[in-house]
Amino acid sequence: MKSYVPHTENERREMLESIGVKSIDELFSDVPASLLLKRRLNIGEGMSEVEIRKAFLELVNKNRTDLKVFRGAGAYNHYIPSLVLELSARSELYTAYTPYQAEMSQGMLQAIFEYQTFICRLTGLDVSNASVYDGATAAAEAMVMMLNATRKKKLLLSAGLHPEVIETVKTYAHSIGVEIVVVPLNEKGMTDIAQLKANAEGFAGLIAQNPNFFGVIEDMKALADCAHELGGLFTAYVNPIALGMLKRPADYGADIAIGDGQPLGVPMSFGGPYFGFMACTNKLIRNLPGRIAGQTEDAEGNRAFVLTLQAREQHIRRDKASSNICSNQMLCAIMASIYMAVMGKHGIKEVAEQCLQKAHYLADGLTQIKGFKLRYASPFFHEFVTDCEYDAEKLNDALKAKGFMGGLPLGRVIKGEHGMLWCVTEMNSRQDIDDLICAVESIVKEGLA
Amino acid sequence: MRKEYNLIFERSIEGHRAYDLPNIDVPVLDSLIPSEYLSETDIPLPELAEIDVVRHYTNLSRRNFGVDNGFYPLGSCTMKYNPKINEETAKLFNNIHPYADQDCVQGALHIMAHTAEMLAEIAGMDACCLQPAAGAHGELTGIMLIKAYHESRNDFDRKIIIVPDAAHGTNPATAAMAGYKIKEIKSAADGGIDLDALRAAVGPDTAGLMLTNPSTLGLFEKNIIEVARIVHDAGGLLYYDGANLNAVMGIVRPGDMGFDVMHINLHKTFSTPHGGGGPGSGPVAVKEKLIPFLPKPVVKRTENGYVLDYDRPQSIGRVKNFYGNFSVIVRAYTYLLSLGADGIREAAENAVLNANYIRSKLRGVYDIPYDRICMHEFVATPNEKMRANHVTTMDVAKSLIDRGYHPPTIYFPLIVHEAMMIEPTETESKATLDAFIEVMKQLAHEGETNPEALHNAPVTTPIGRPDDVKAARMPIVKFCE
Repeated sequence: MKSYVPHTENERREMLESIGVKSIDELFSDVPASLLLKRRLNIGEGMSEVEIRKAFLELVNKNRTDLKVFRGAGAYNHYIPSLVLELSARSELYTAYTPYQAEMSQGMLQAIFEYQTFICRLTGLDVSNASVYDGATAAAEAMVMMLNATRKKKLLLSAGLHPEVIETVKTYAHSIGVEIVVVPLNEKGMTDIAQLKANAEGFAGLIAQNPNFFGVIEDMKALADCAHELGGLFTAYVNPIALGMLKRPADYGADIAIGDGQPLGVPMSFGGPYFGFMACTNKLIRNLPGRIAGQTEDAEGNRAFVLTLQAREQHIRRDKASSNICSNQMLCAIMASIYMAVMGKHGIKEVAEQCLQKAHYLADGLTQIKGFKLRYASPFFHEFVTDCEYDAEKLNDALKAKGFMGGLPLGRVIKGEHGMLWCVTEMNSRQDIDDLICAVESIVKEGLA
Repeated sequence: MRKEYNLIFERSIEGHRAYDLPNIDVPVLDSLIPSEYLSETDIPLPELAEIDVVRHYTNLSRRNFGVDNGFYPLGSCTMKYNPKINEETAKLFNNIHPYADQDCVQGALHIMAHTAEMLAEIAGMDACCLQPAAGAHGELTGIMLIKAYHESRNDFDRKIIIVPDAAHGTNPATAAMAGYKIKEIKSAADGGIDLDALRAAVGPDTAGLMLTNPSTLGLFEKNIIEVARIVHDAGGLLYYDGANLNAVMGIVRPGDMGFDVMHINLHKTFSTPHGGGGPGSGPVAVKEKLIPFLPKPVVKRTENGYVLDYDRPQSIGRVKNFYGNFSVIVRAYTYLLSLGADGIREAAENAVLNANYIRSKLRGVYDIPYDRICMHEFVATPNEKMRANHVTTMDVAKSLIDRGYHPPTIYFPLIVHEAMMIEPTETESKATLDAFIEVMKQLAHEGETNPEALHNAPVTTPIGRPDDVKAARMPIVKFCE
């Protein structure tokens, strides 16, 4: 057992003397005696580092990470350059708190300022905050921004959003009495514009995802124009890697761009920590939640960075704040900055191109197998849905036995769904893809599925 | 000493590259995406050689200060040492996909289930959900649970959350974000809850009370039993802001004090690093009556191993993607395993010992508005002579920076003028505390005799005091060529 407390018994005695008490227990004399816990906590004995390592080895062996990953659905298996984990492990950065004392936190503040610049360049928009918890909470925060900016109480969500994003937004909306309408997809797998128009009465705005959850590339320009014509705002929920290729949110007039930053160098880590990025037009800057770093100067005119526009935030505005967010996901955002610095303009484009080509190579291979077809004929990026005449869960189990994490059986996240959502990234070699196709073929032939 | 440091965008040289990908090995097809969907320009990202990226971030880190650099007594933030074994174990789970089949993630689910059980035991609660990503996120989840509870009883008239004036800013902001109106009550002269004010504030419209105990003044709420009774008698629930849990772990439990729901800051109390602002993790622990409303999915032990249970009809729903900030949870789990029951209690005891030791040594040197036995932190202000010399808390804070310390939390809580909130944590040695106390005494002396020196601080840092007003009036929030 170690509690990382350095004191010797002698030191402790000297300290108690200085305080003027006889025992540690006396320090807790304000606690009503009836409340004091009169037993040890039931959480076990402490362990040495050697024992901890053994315990974790056992736990690690209860997970399987040897499977070849062909699954995305909100968490993506991308190449993470060695620099990302190495540099973000600098303890001057990771053991710091939020940079309240600017003079001794210029490194962190500059890193935030640079991160904001990266996100503005990625999305084309004017302003970025220093991150929020993840893509789903970014969507919830974007909802609040759009409601506050328009003073309306209704929001439209595309059914192409990740189902967990929709659920999260609904949770937030319920508590403030906001009406949520989910706009269905059409037969092409794209947000149905006729349905959007039919439900737009009194709406604050629309959030749509690109590429959407089912992999389909949406006509974001048409959606943005339509939302604007109907008097609402438009938030684009985008995959940052796809922006290496696709039009950026500013190109089609989005007011707010959000997304989950995990694909930018953040490990999958069983779902977190990731980070949500948020950028918006200058017009909406006072509605933007969370920390923002800004440039200023000291008395001698040196360029300096500080946390700014804090009149939006909870520690100043309390119940009138634009959000209650305090801690964000800064270190993950810095990992993304390092990723973007390493990959540069050509690197992200190349990752996007490899994802696109390899996903289409797999789609071609799968659809040549009897009983498999693509659900949508629309353009897609690195994910696509197949419908097949076999049970998705059984096919998944058979693939697992052959060493593959196949496409996500969609029934796990959407009730009544039978399709599978496949994902291919630059991490999947042609050999892996060929092997997967062969595996599916043989499973189908053997009649396992 | 003063030196600007170029932005990464100012280091870009066309044609430089740090990345290296295998060549594309599948046939490359044209026109897979219609041109109207494609960007016409490349993203304007910098182009750098690998060594230049390494040096840039290494040098940025040298312009920053963390717990590993020195003493960081930032009140209410519990800047304790972040054990390195936690970093080692956290990495072991980097490659697990969140939608991996449940039979492939039994180790990860075990960690979640076991961490939740241990946290619930420390909290004195019946269950714990690990999904919230930070303290404020946990608060929001907790207040939503209170709302769901009242609604499940068809009680829709409870529109008010009561918050003491000493509360963290997140408390009122959270309640507002959950659709509540806030009623603020003033603290009593001794820094505790004014029971008469509380009695006057509660009623059939009370949804709940949010309380930090120990309070932001570092004082344990002596009347907590009565506070809980007043709120419960009015039909409200009690929310415990776990920011200050480090003071009482293993000694007294929020659940036993009468609280119904709370969040826990793993990035404060359970030693996970703050990352310069995040990621944190804000698990929510609840009494039995709130369990049905917890966010889904919930990890469940079954005969066939652990499962993620989504079948929770009364759940408030999700509050984020997936299951929480998992690798932060792994770090906290490692810490819990390392310390065990005795270590956890020892941490709390010594956190309180250290705070009281500094308080006892600064008595008479600084003003201590609530000078009695404190918990893990206390509030001090510049003394009368310093104030007469116009020496502010800001001056003291900036002078501490020159002497190698991170300042305490300043100008908070709002109810103390010129507050300095000092929280040493248990992981600091007596030698470190003695050195800090000595410096604080020197600064008081200097403030009484030579105030100019303090007004000019800091002088050893890469920049002098920045112009905050200018930053807010003409916001420059990104680099433009």
